[in-house]
Amino acid sequence: MSLLDVKNLKTSYGPVNVLAGVSFTVEPGETYALVGESGSGKTTVIRAIAGLAPAQEGSVKFDGREIRGASERELRPLRKDIAMMFQDPVGSLSPRLTIRSLITEPYRIQGMKDRDLDAEAKRLLEMVNLPAHFADRYPYQLSGGQARRVGVARALALEPKLILADEPTAGLDVSVQGELLNLMNDLRERLGLAMVIITHNLNVVRHVADRMGIMYLGRLVEEGTTEAIFKEPCHPYTRCLLSANPEPDPDARLERIALKGEPPSLLRRPKGCEFRERCPFAQEICIQTPQWEVANGHGLRCLAPLS
Amino acid sequence: MTDTLLEIDRLSVDYETARGDLKALREISFDVRKGEIVGIVGESGCGKSTLISSILRLTAPNTRFRQGAVRFKGQDLLQLPERKMRDLRGSDISIVFQDPMQTHNPVLSIGQQMLDIQHRSKASKAEKRARAAQMLGAVGIPDPEARLAQFPHEFSGGMRQRIAIAMALMSEPDLLIADEPTTALDATLEVQIIERLQELQQQFDCAILFISHHLGVIAELCDRVVVMYAGAVVESGEVREIFHDPKHPYTRRLIDCDPGHIKERARVLPTIPGEVPDLANLPGGCIFRDRCDQAMPRCAAEVPPLTQLKDGHHAACWLNHKEAAE
Repeated sequence: MSLLDVKNLKTSYGPVNVLAGVSFTVEPGETYALVGESGSGKTTVIRAIAGLAPAQEGSVKFDGREIRGASERELRPLRKDIAMMFQDPVGSLSPRLTIRSLITEPYRIQGMKDRDLDAEAKRLLEMVNLPAHFADRYPYQLSGGQARRVGVARALALEPKLILADEPTAGLDVSVQGELLNLMNDLRERLGLAMVIITHNLNVVRHVADRMGIMYLGRLVEEGTTEAIFKEPCHPYTRCLLSANPEPDPDARLERIALKGEPPSLLRRPKGCEFRERCPFAQEICIQTPQWEVANGHGLRCLAPLS
Repeated sequence: MTDTLLEIDRLSVDYETARGDLKALREISFDVRKGEIVGIVGESGCGKSTLISSILRLTAPNTRFRQGAVRFKGQDLLQLPERKMRDLRGSDISIVFQDPMQTHNPVLSIGQQMLDIQHRSKASKAEKRARAAQMLGAVGIPDPEARLAQFPHEFSGGMRQRIAIAMALMSEPDLLIADEPTTALDATLEVQIIERLQELQQQFDCAILFISHHLGVIAELCDRVVVMYAGAVVESGEVREIFHDPKHPYTRRLIDCDPGHIKERARVLPTIPGEVPDLANLPGGCIFRDRCDQAMPRCAAEVPPLTQLKDGHHAACWLNHKEAAE
């Protein structure tokens, strides 16, 4: 049984259809990356899983239990098992609490009164390689990388089974980015965590994710193992995304495939294949609506795939 | 040197704080030639932003210029009266900021904002409007006439950044400063902006000072690169020299850290352990010494000077000095 099983998840804000049916699974200990341009619905997916965004249709099963539409009271015990790392590292830390209070807050919320909070704070800071005296600091006294690590510590406090990480390395310097990814890889191995990572940095995806899903306009358009997708992207959109990855080499010969135009409005979804108008490989058949098809664990929504 | 547009000459800038002077920039020297794209790369806290605000003289009140000059077309901007400086900003030197979501006034239409920044021009309103539409077209905004009436929230992030570029180029500046213009954007938009900047640079023949911590973008866009660390230039040179034959350990390790270099899935990614030194309490000797895996006794004793190694390639490291390596 999958740890997380998302089926046909749909979210609308009024007339704006943000998620148009998203399905994927995450196995225990697995890292799954969601990739796509701004506005493709990545953040909404993980917020909906955590019960922080509405989902009008579909199902989210965690450990076999349906959690979509669960009340706040039903969700609270589950939040021990599902932790969230938010996008803005400093913004997600209350400015008036010390780091000690921030990372031990989950114990208080869960009513775990028997814990020695000072000892836990020390243990958590050590786990994310921050010195123990950081417990007395306030968020404004931290650098971006340190604030991220506090975010990781807080997410790990209750020993969750699943971490939902929204752009965990955005805005970090490359040297610090490596540190954070190493930390997350290490913790995943030691604690057997499963993770859903959102990122638009494809170089990061290659090093942390076992499988990845590519989103476009609130739908998955391709899914497979990270290795297979980097080796042979089948959906034109995936191909465009991968080719847009600037190489740190001035002599790199880039065969860049340009995307045409702007993402269409969610209020006026295109007919047929929704990527058709921007697709450099579109054919006549693309006027029809492509279905999600899976072969050898590789999912694809395209009528004219690249081989 | 008639083709030098901007010359930063041994510029040192401090911030006066309660803890003492924070030495934000120390003896920065480099130049930007006409029509050239120069990249400034460095991590948080290396002084990139202080450098830009010093060039534009838009500095915080506790800023102290300790020494050096910022020469633009031979004229030291630090000595100019404020009135003259105002004339320069936005006409000869303009800037594109990092966050496209906060660059524009949310309550004015794009057209109004593009008219407003032409306040120095004597042209009629209709001519200014036509000019605004033409610039929107130049940065690839479809249907520019109609879109002038729209407000910032009606544009996507990538479009807003392109509009910011259009506005910055409206006066055909000689120097465009781009402060991490792609950091807030995703990969496809990042590429769009880079390609647009390349095209516009050729079309308008302006020099670009491009600040970024994204090495991939720097490698792709720039002719020359200046690498900064903790308020000092540690290396500068042609983009190929810097990426293929770095002469400062910091540059080398920064490049090694970029996961774009590592094609196979790595269990452990390279990092640079340690922290940037406290700028209010600088250690003696080389500033990178504590984090450097090749540090020698001399590195603790003396600050390595920025020396020319070959034509145009400078580095500040004792390893490049034969007598020290022996």
